[in-house]
Amino acid sequence: MRPVLYVLSFMAMLATAFWAYRENYATQHQLKQMAVVQDEIAALHEEIGLQRAEWAYLNRPERLRDLATLNFDRLGLLPMEPEQLGASAQVAYPAAPVLVITGTIETQGSLDPNAPQEQTP
Amino acid sequence: MIRTPLRPLARILDARAKGENPDVIERENINARHEVMRDKARGRAEKRLLLLGIGFFMAFTVIGVRMGILADSVPVEPRTSAGGTEITAQRADILDRRGRILATNMLTYSLYAQPHDMVDPVHAATELAAIFPELDAKALERRFTDGRSFLWVRKVLSPEQMQKVHEIGDPGLYFGPREMRLYPNGNLASHVLGGAAFGAEGVASAEVIGTAGIEKDLDARLRDPAQSGTPLTLSIDLTLQANIEEVLATGMRMMNAKGAAAILMDVHSGEVLSLASLPSFDPNDRPAVATKGDPSDSPLFDRAVQGVYELGSTFKIFAVAQAMDLGLVNPETLVDANAPMHWGKFTIKEWSNHNYGPLLSVTDVIAKSSNVGAARIGLMIGGERQRAFLKAMGLLDPPQAELIEAPGAKALVPDRWSEIVTITASYGHGIASSPLNLAAAYATIANGGIKVTPTLLHATHREPGVRVITAETAKACVAMLRRVVTEGTATLANVPGYAVAGKTGTAEKPRKGGGYDSNKVINTFAAMFPANDPKYVLVVILDEPVETSGPVPRRTAGWTSVPVAAEIIRRIAPLMGLRPQVESTSLDGLTAVKEPLVAE
Repeated sequence: MRPVLYVLSFMAMLATAFWAYRENYATQHQLKQMAVVQDEIAALHEEIGLQRAEWAYLNRPERLRDLATLNFDRLGLLPMEPEQLGASAQVAYPAAPVLVITGTIETQGSLDPNAPQEQTP
Repeated sequence: MIRTPLRPLARILDARAKGENPDVIERENINARHEVMRDKARGRAEKRLLLLGIGFFMAFTVIGVRMGILADSVPVEPRTSAGGTEITAQRADILDRRGRILATNMLTYSLYAQPHDMVDPVHAATELAAIFPELDAKALERRFTDGRSFLWVRKVLSPEQMQKVHEIGDPGLYFGPREMRLYPNGNLASHVLGGAAFGAEGVASAEVIGTAGIEKDLDARLRDPAQSGTPLTLSIDLTLQANIEEVLATGMRMMNAKGAAAILMDVHSGEVLSLASLPSFDPNDRPAVATKGDPSDSPLFDRAVQGVYELGSTFKIFAVAQAMDLGLVNPETLVDANAPMHWGKFTIKEWSNHNYGPLLSVTDVIAKSSNVGAARIGLMIGGERQRAFLKAMGLLDPPQAELIEAPGAKALVPDRWSEIVTITASYGHGIASSPLNLAAAYATIANGGIKVTPTLLHATHREPGVRVITAETAKACVAMLRRVVTEGTATLANVPGYAVAGKTGTAEKPRKGGGYDSNKVINTFAAMFPANDPKYVLVVILDEPVETSGPVPRRTAGWTSVPVAAEIIRRIAPLMGLRPQVESTSLDGLTAVKEPLVAE
């Protein structure tokens, strides 16, 4: 009984050692991966910062004003006027949609037998 | 300590009697004494050795433990955690109140040279001079070859320039990473932002420090590593700022002024929505400070904050407000306005020698801008009380704003508040203050008499100020200021839909040698709108304007600052979401008949 136990525990030791060896290298690989991802994140942050700066630069009021003037034919943008602001009560309700008749319409009627008969002269 | 004698008489006599040598006794005693001294010294040395031993033991333990830890740990390259923008930004961004970028950072490179590593300094110098036009090939070549081991060539490079330098291919040219401050909106709000420059420079990095404006005033906050990820949000609104600067620049050109300034302030919070001063500059490329001549001629000079001017008739409302608050007058009280008024050797005249007198109601003193009327009201108040009131309004102190220039703009106040000072201060002469102070004082009136402190920072909550005048007085003052626009000196400010209330001010500039220059004026218009519930205060100042559309050049604020301010209000009020109010038209015959029907 005892030798079997020895062999089994030795094999268990080998197995755990192999597992620990693999785990060690897997962890190191993950750490390297993480470093790569962190570098990537840092680079992306830097790029985002630059994009934001560029966005702000391209949207500077001076340039937008010039663009609005250049494209006046197409856009017709003018400075905002006081008259353009109104109360919500001034906004008209949208017109009720007109029903579109596409097919035949069947109508049906019924006559009340108790109703007094209409006399025709 | 009792010393035992070396030759005790008893033993000496005893020894002599026995015929022994007494010197033996002395030697014996000396030996005994040395024995004691040696014992003591040994004890002390042992203690010292022990202490030293403990010290060495502890030091070696620390070193040993540290070596153990170092030997045990896995060597990793130190890196910051990827949490946010703190990786790149060493200086916090500045945003406007709606989150648009006013100042941010950009990663770029600086160029430096180590001439010892250079292969062909002459070639490199000519190539560099071709890339950067401001460099001189000859001077650069001399600096490359005079034996120095290090020199800066350029502080920042564009990516294209960097590529070109790469293409020179000289191993002695190096690039160092640099974080550069960028103001994407160019000249907009340049006096608020100020500018930034490199401080201590190293090869691997350089610190960016604020040189003026809010960048310098809040330098510690902007550079704080703990807060570099959170941007600083200003109260400035970029859209309003752009519109105001555009209108102001047009107005300045049309009125032939040499400078202009405008301040737009929220009357409840004191937040400055726009602070413009023209001419302006590009904070990305800040011009050098003028070392000679008048500093106010430099574009760096902020007329809205640094400019200290006699603000003229805009001060009359303060005299009237105080007099009403003290119960001395009410809007209908008639005051003596018989011009010219003589006071000692001084003569107080009205504008172009008018006479609005003999008697004028307080409302008309404001509406017609009567100097004599204001002077009489000032005399009713008295100097001490007037000074205290102007102080409470913040007009005698440097303006409060988060700008490094603000504390330097000290108000010019005479040391002795004599009666003639009381008279002139009532109509805004003899004392000079910053336009920002004027805006804050008008905001205090518009805010129902509760003091407003200007600020450039956007915040959700603010402590309310102290009450300076009663709510009733403030309301009456606003009504009087409205009269100035409807039928007084500022009728051009009548913007349809927005009830503007305000006061004009025309002050001649003091001449260098003394006296005043009648051809050089400061025209001010301080306005609040909408008059029934004031929300915003706008102050427009033109420096040396002259309106030349008529046969005679006109230099009064009613013809210069007022139309500019009106155009600004017309442009910005819709942008702020203020809906125009329909003005109630005067009743004519037709509406009078209709009226009962409507009332039912």
